Amino acid sequence: MTYDKRFDGRAFDEMRPIEAKAGIIKRAHGSGWFKIGNTEAYAAVYGPREMFPRFMQNPEKGVLRVHYNMMPFSSAGERVRPGPSRRSKEISHVAQKALLPVVDLSEFSNAVVDVFIELPQTDAGTRCAGICAASIALADAGIPMKDMVCAISAGRVEDKMLVDLNYEEDSHENGVDIPIAMLHNSKKISLIQMDGELSSDDLKKAVEMVRNACDRIFEVQKQALKKKFDISD
Amino acid sequence: MGEIQVKDKEVVVPGETLATGMDFLPSYGTYREGDKILASRLGLVTIEGKVIKLVPLSGVYHPKRGDTIIGHVTEILLSGWRIDTNSAYSAVLNMKDATSEFIARGADLTKYFEIGDCVMVKIINVTSQNLVDLTMKGPGLRKLRGGRILSVNANKVPRIIGKQGSMVSMIKQYTNCRILVGQNGIVWIQGEDPAQELLAVQTIKKIEREAHISGLTDSIKGFLEKNRGPNAPRPQAMNHGEGDAQ
Amino acid sequence: MMMYEELRNQVISLLSKQTRLDGRKPHEYREVKVETGVSKNAEGSAKVKIGDTEVIAGVKLEVMKPYPDQPDQGSMMVNVELYPMSSPEFETGPPDIFAIELARITDRAIRESKTLDTKKLCIEAGEKAWMVVIDVCTLNDAGNLYDAIYLAAMAAMKDAVFPAFDGVKLEYKNKTEEKLPLSRVPVSVTVFKYGDHILVDPTNEEEKAIDARLTVGVLENGNICSLQKGGDVAIVADDIFRMVDLAKQKSQELRKHL
Repeated sequence: MTYDKRFDGRAFDEMRPIEAKAGIIKRAHGSGWFKIGNTEAYAAVYGPREMFPRFMQNPEKGVLRVHYNMMPFSSAGERVRPGPSRRSKEISHVAQKALLPVVDLSEFSNAVVDVFIELPQTDAGTRCAGICAASIALADAGIPMKDMVCAISAGRVEDKMLVDLNYEEDSHENGVDIPIAMLHNSKKISLIQMDGELSSDDLKKAVEMVRNACDRIFEVQKQALKKKFDISD
Repeated sequence: MGEIQVKDKEVVVPGETLATGMDFLPSYGTYREGDKILASRLGLVTIEGKVIKLVPLSGVYHPKRGDTIIGHVTEILLSGWRIDTNSAYSAVLNMKDATSEFIARGADLTKYFEIGDCVMVKIINVTSQNLVDLTMKGPGLRKLRGGRILSVNANKVPRIIGKQGSMVSMIKQYTNCRILVGQNGIVWIQGEDPAQELLAVQTIKKIEREAHISGLTDSIKGFLEKNRGPNAPRPQAMNHGEGDAQ
Repeated sequence: MMMYEELRNQVISLLSKQTRLDGRKPHEYREVKVETGVSKNAEGSAKVKIGDTEVIAGVKLEVMKPYPDQPDQGSMMVNVELYPMSSPEFETGPPDIFAIELARITDRAIRESKTLDTKKLCIEAGEKAWMVVIDVCTLNDAGNLYDAIYLAAMAAMKDAVFPAFDGVKLEYKNKTEEKLPLSRVPVSVTVFKYGDHILVDPTNEEEKAIDARLTVGVLENGNICSLQKGGDVAIVADDIFRMVDLAKQKSQELRKHL
């Protein structure tokens, strides 16, 4: 089988349309919104603030906590039951690891920085969209940060390598999905997961595709943050 | 040859390249990576000669020794009060630092301050573990009665106060309100007329929003002129540093 | 001493001068915005803003076995998620009593108006019926979640269409044009009491210092279909009547957004 044309007509190295905003959740110390195709993520940052329960405090530096959640009506199929699932717990965990390398919490001993990611609408690539939104939110909150984290998936459908799989591609029976989070400057990888079967050469191609996409994502994140402080309109 | 990649007073984001080459020096909020200087937080670029630094635009207040802050009592302790500082760290006001009056052991401390009371205090110590001690001994430090509390981004406090208190003085004169600004972003406002009090609140929020824009003083003056009611006080000639502590 | 006594005194003093902390009149709402079709995978959805308060609601339709005591009827359920994203006061974890009360207040106004014809939701008596699940999630809590959540739930229901169902397989991807069987538009308005004064649409700051509140479900004909009193202070019957009158008046304004 060959995959000659993508289901939604995109070029193989073409991402879906991206939009982003900063500072949309007024009560939070920082917030971000990131939309890629029909996948939409909000992220809010609270902190540094006092950490409870106290036994989880770290006297050496602040703690980063990430909480990922899909709204009950966000999924293409049945209602997602509210509350944490094994899936959402794992994604929260890997998203925390994806963001941790860029933030510097050394000044915030015993305190916590909470990141909440909520998805009102999904069409694959939710953890990546969530990480992109969270990165905007952390920057907006004024957290010391060496770099932005940009995340997107690459993968394979049938014989073709491609970037930014949508739901149809992601759920294709002969498809491979590789979500990757990359630090914008160093291009170091802070999240990588995969399911499906892939050759090492194809993995190299996937990483290369993400590397290119990463610069575009950074540009969108940057403009979103700058726009928040532009009061001309 | 080194080159600046951004404009002076531009808003930059973490990881953004500010300068290339070795001719410039990274200062607060920036770091060197190879031959580049990058931003290590969101902020406003300030270029002073060869030095590049950032002025933060956001971020929760971090307690600093010497700061005068406005907080409220959250807990009555054995020998003092716990005060919320609008930061990740609460502080302790020990009774010996609260008053020169003698307080007997076991006395009812709520006679002095109760939970919910608003106080203007000074930070006398911050430990490496961010334990914070306060004092109320000093000019202007006291319990604040009445008035309303406004919480603003603590990074904008210097602009709200202005040079030698010029900005806050201007708001006071136009609105006839008493205004105290804590370094922690808590502002206390008290006026006779609700409309004037509201104008003071709106002005401070406008400064918070536009603090990083040039020509702030003129734009705020224009705003106050335009929104001042017909019965509002005539602003007197600017009178720097009068009355209240800032 | 009450934590917010000073705030309460201030709110009351301002109300006696017909104004409030943000300069509004006592009976004035902040700007209300309702947008529908905001989440493509839901059968219906709506985002509601009241000032800086923002919530999003989505409707999912499921095929279930009818309840044994109502074999010829479908059912509905309202769930409210108070996300910690939307306020420093909300925590992660299962819905607390505040979330449950909000959900039940919203549920009651919709259910008791009988706007939803649950008999029409029956597919096969005793075997299959539609269940309408409305989830309302908070994005930002700047006060008056009561009315924002209600508006979002109702707007999402009005926006909802049935997915294709051939009697065996439910195809969520394939949406029909058939709307939910709704006959009337109840509106829920919450009135808040401070001292002798009443107001609508408090900010989160004003909410801290309330004496009492009353949420009223109001129908087009002016009748009421649900009530819920909240707050720590007991109020006289005349207060209730006064609050109901104000709710009825304000319901006309809010209904325009549905």
